[in-house]
Amino acid sequence: MHELSIAMSIVEMAEEQSDLHGGAKVTAIHLKLGPMSGVVKVALENAFSLAREGTILETANLVIEQIPIVANCPQCQAERTLPSMQSFLCPVCETPLSEIIHGRELEVVALEIEELCPGS
Amino acid sequence: MPRIVEVRQKVLKQNDVLARDLRQRFKDSGVFVVSLASSPGSGKTAFLEKTLTLLRPNYKVAALVGDLETDNDAVRLARAQVPVKQITTGTLCHLEASMIQHSLEDWQLEDLDFLFIENVGNLVCPSSYDLGENLRLVLLSVTEGEDKPLKYPTIFNTADVAIITKMDLAEAVEFDLPTAEANIQRVRPGMKTITLSSKKGTGMDEWLDYLKSMV
Repeated sequence: MHELSIAMSIVEMAEEQSDLHGGAKVTAIHLKLGPMSGVVKVALENAFSLAREGTILETANLVIEQIPIVANCPQCQAERTLPSMQSFLCPVCETPLSEIIHGRELEVVALEIEELCPGS
Repeated sequence: MPRIVEVRQKVLKQNDVLARDLRQRFKDSGVFVVSLASSPGSGKTAFLEKTLTLLRPNYKVAALVGDLETDNDAVRLARAQVPVKQITTGTLCHLEASMIQHSLEDWQLEDLDFLFIENVGNLVCPSSYDLGENLRLVLLSVTEGEDKPLKYPTIFNTADVAIITKMDLAEAVEFDLPTAEANIQRVRPGMKTITLSSKKGTGMDEWLDYLKSMV
């Protein structure tokens, strides 16, 4: 259960961005999350609601986009989406896949902010 | 009106940066660093004690051990007569790069050939944190069952080598080695697997030969 420390890192990152924009209010954080990051979506959402308390993110939403595992199949010469982490075999030709392209993401992609002084 | 600000930043960037610095420091000092992850009770400390004892006559070795509480493991490993430092994490379920950096502040890494880092017994959280290690081992004991790789694919996928421990008990618990190996290959195609018994010493040669070949 390391989602709380991850949620606190997300809050810190958003606070830094807010400072860069003159203390703007952060209304949403958009996050990409892959299953191979080792982070569970529901646990992260719960941890985030605790971590944001008493910060400028008090009312911010965490919007999580779940990214599927995508690996390159050398046999098919194509990118393949894997249905689960239990099998890294190409779903078409069953070649073992080790070149992972997506699925490890744990990344803040964007913030929605409301600037205090519009136009400044 | 809210506006969108692009960020594109890894949440664990701070850890990744520290891990990169550590990896460079290890390289500059000429020390090869191995980390160990497994569930509690799979034999990390016994495996490490045996490894340290066998390497000590010819190599300069040391270990860092992570646990939530107690320094029991450090006391056990000190029997191998090598420098050992305990990292007590309190309630934290994994080691992070900052803890490794802090623990090594007063160490002369140039004096070492191998440094081992035993992570907290946990198959989930350690997979997210790069510690700057050169080689990550995941240990699986025969008493845990053949399907452990399928239940915890992330740690197997982020590790370099799987070590199957307690092979001396394999028959008693009817451990099905081919199935375990097939499961490892399903979650991490091409992964090297070594089977051994730290207690009896069988398989330790293969492990140490492999380790030495990495340097």
